[in-house]
Amino acid sequence: MFNALSGLRQHVGNYPGVTVEMSKGHFTHAGTDFELIDLPGTYSLAPRSPDEMVAVDLLLGRRPEEQRPRVVLSIVDASNLDRHLYLTTQLLELGVPVVVAVNMIDVAEAQGVTIDCARIAEETGLRVVPIQANRRIGFDALKDALVAASKDTAGQNGPQLPEPVEREVAALKAELNGDVPTFLARRLLLDVDGHTETWLVGKHGLRLKQQLTEARTRLAAEGCSIPGIEAKTRYAWVRSITAKAVTKPATRPVTGTDRLDRILTHRLWGTLIFLAIMFGVFQAIFVGAEPLMGLIDDGVSWLADGVKEALPSGPVRSLLADGVIGGVGGVLVFLPQIVILFGFIAVLEQCGYMARAAFLMDKLMSRCGLSGKSFIPLLSSVACAIPGIMATRVIENPRDRLATILVAPLMSCSARLPVYALLIGAFLTDGFAWWVPGVTLFGMYMIGFVAAPLVALALKRTLLKGGTPLFVMELPAYRMPTLLGVVRRMADAGWAFVRRAGTFILASMIVVWALLYFPDRDAGGRFEERVAELKESGDDAAANHLQAEWKRQSVLGRVGQALEPVFAPLGWDWRIGVAALASFPAREVIVGTLGIIYEVGEVDDDEGEESLRGAIRSEWSGDPVRGKYPVAVALSVMVFFALCCQCASTLAVIRRETRSWAWPAFTFVYMTGLAYVGGVATFQIGRIITDMFQG
Amino acid sequence: MPTLAELRPGQVGRVEALRGDPALVQRLYEIGVLEGDTVEVLGFAPLGDPVEIRVGNTRLSLRNAEAASISVQLV
Repeated sequence: MFNALSGLRQHVGNYPGVTVEMSKGHFTHAGTDFELIDLPGTYSLAPRSPDEMVAVDLLLGRRPEEQRPRVVLSIVDASNLDRHLYLTTQLLELGVPVVVAVNMIDVAEAQGVTIDCARIAEETGLRVVPIQANRRIGFDALKDALVAASKDTAGQNGPQLPEPVEREVAALKAELNGDVPTFLARRLLLDVDGHTETWLVGKHGLRLKQQLTEARTRLAAEGCSIPGIEAKTRYAWVRSITAKAVTKPATRPVTGTDRLDRILTHRLWGTLIFLAIMFGVFQAIFVGAEPLMGLIDDGVSWLADGVKEALPSGPVRSLLADGVIGGVGGVLVFLPQIVILFGFIAVLEQCGYMARAAFLMDKLMSRCGLSGKSFIPLLSSVACAIPGIMATRVIENPRDRLATILVAPLMSCSARLPVYALLIGAFLTDGFAWWVPGVTLFGMYMIGFVAAPLVALALKRTLLKGGTPLFVMELPAYRMPTLLGVVRRMADAGWAFVRRAGTFILASMIVVWALLYFPDRDAGGRFEERVAELKESGDDAAANHLQAEWKRQSVLGRVGQALEPVFAPLGWDWRIGVAALASFPAREVIVGTLGIIYEVGEVDDDEGEESLRGAIRSEWSGDPVRGKYPVAVALSVMVFFALCCQCASTLAVIRRETRSWAWPAFTFVYMTGLAYVGGVATFQIGRIITDMFQG
Repeated sequence: MPTLAELRPGQVGRVEALRGDPALVQRLYEIGVLEGDTVEVLGFAPLGDPVEIRVGNTRLSLRNAEAASISVQLV
């Protein structure tokens, strides 16, 4: 609806301290310029969180960023008129002209329901316009009404709360010395434990809490018990109007939604269809994105090669080719997965299935303190945590959403696969039963499936402690998604990722590039030139050896060697340590880094990987620790990678979604800690088992 | 008096009272579950929880613990 009114001219309004986004757009009608703000959908203007409070404050003109709105447009759904008009009655109390757009008249008519908009207008004194947003019907009349309403001064009647309630509201307002408008004084009284109460009691002290309790007790004695009285008053008013303006068939006809729901929420069929849909989504992100990602990879290498040919050897060339272009590629490569997942989410949400998925999965997810809405974000994270974390926006409860964001990176994403494949191929294939590689890989995925719910449970019991969030969720009527809506959602998600996360990812990649590049010379001259000369003379072994030497004396190489005691309990030497450190911005680079450190040169094809496997095997076999416990070391590396947050993009997206640096920092610290402990435990246990078998 | 959580799929009840967590009760009121309204239990999720109900033209999913705060009269 918002998109249909404002067209393509829109942007996101940012409000400090808020995690929800509100879009802003413009349109001009009959010489009047409108700026439109799209507030998050809600059942009621009773704020229960800071986010909901922002919407109320915006409407009341209490935010410094925005002027008080001149007109409020309330879009109500014709097939659920009573419930939507409930919100309208609250909007009437803002003291701003309200225009009501009755949407989806056609759907209601198909159910035999006719709505007399003129009659509603007559009864309420409001401007009421029938529209069909998906087919852009009624927009001109709606815009006319908005223009006319912006010049209105007063004359809207809404329901009146009983006199005793308004008396207590006036008393509270006076008590607060006019600190808040009547609207908020009313919310303070009516919303038990709501955000207005928490906020004002925090500001004015516990005496206010005492007064509130007394006022509510007095009202209950007068037959106006809270919260029932508000709903009863409003619904009585709404129903008295719809009784006159709406005609319904005597018996409710069976709708398409009734028939579909009987199958889609069925215990057996519903579950099977759900699993099939999830498999399709997963397969599409995992497999469908691959050709596009390959294309981006190829494009990036082509560009990097071009730069290498065009520029003289030196830090600038390397910075451009390996740091900047590689970094940009590292950002773009996530786009196919993000766009595909959001395409699915848009379709599932618009057609009404998302709520059914949450319904089916809720019990399972509630065992780890989350709700059914966390399922799709977590499942998507098995392909890639970035779209998964972005998908947590479907979770309204802030604590549930945060818990889901914080555990999503534990799911084994597709970037971990190369690490598993390399090490399983090197140490757990030859000389093992045929099922060992498969079971090991399965085990690595299981680590995520087990760790994520456990950490979520731990978080919900400690840091994110709080009452069980409400799961009262509407299951909307099924309807066809619109192409424009889906495409827009995909484009928004992709663009938001590039714009907000891109710079951070790029910066971290350049930092690691620099740490591995400098110092770039020793007594013998510049490494880069000497490696190139050796390669040209055909002495690849010497070139690879020199390149490894270069990396060993680089800043990161030295740090890795200094940290060797830290790596020792993991069974690692400085080589694995440096490769792990270098893969903190993006874990998939470990294969390339290992290739350089183990002197096999660039690893860019199967043959390169096979020679890397061989090099690692032969290098380890000559070592007292890794030679004796190769499987334990390989497993310790894999477990470390399974649990560690080696992904700058994930951290950047967490920062973007939580609007704080604290949560990405927390994720990084807890996951690295978990990875270290897990890696040490794996190696130590593996060592004991190996000793038992060999002893 | 039974609660909504005790009804079987297909059964219809008339809401007699809402009690429990103020936030939950307020949300139910806002959504239009009022005393005197009829509620139909449509079914339960695969693991027996949550429950899907219909009030008027609105379908809702509630956890059983939430449905237990709605006491109903079987009709």
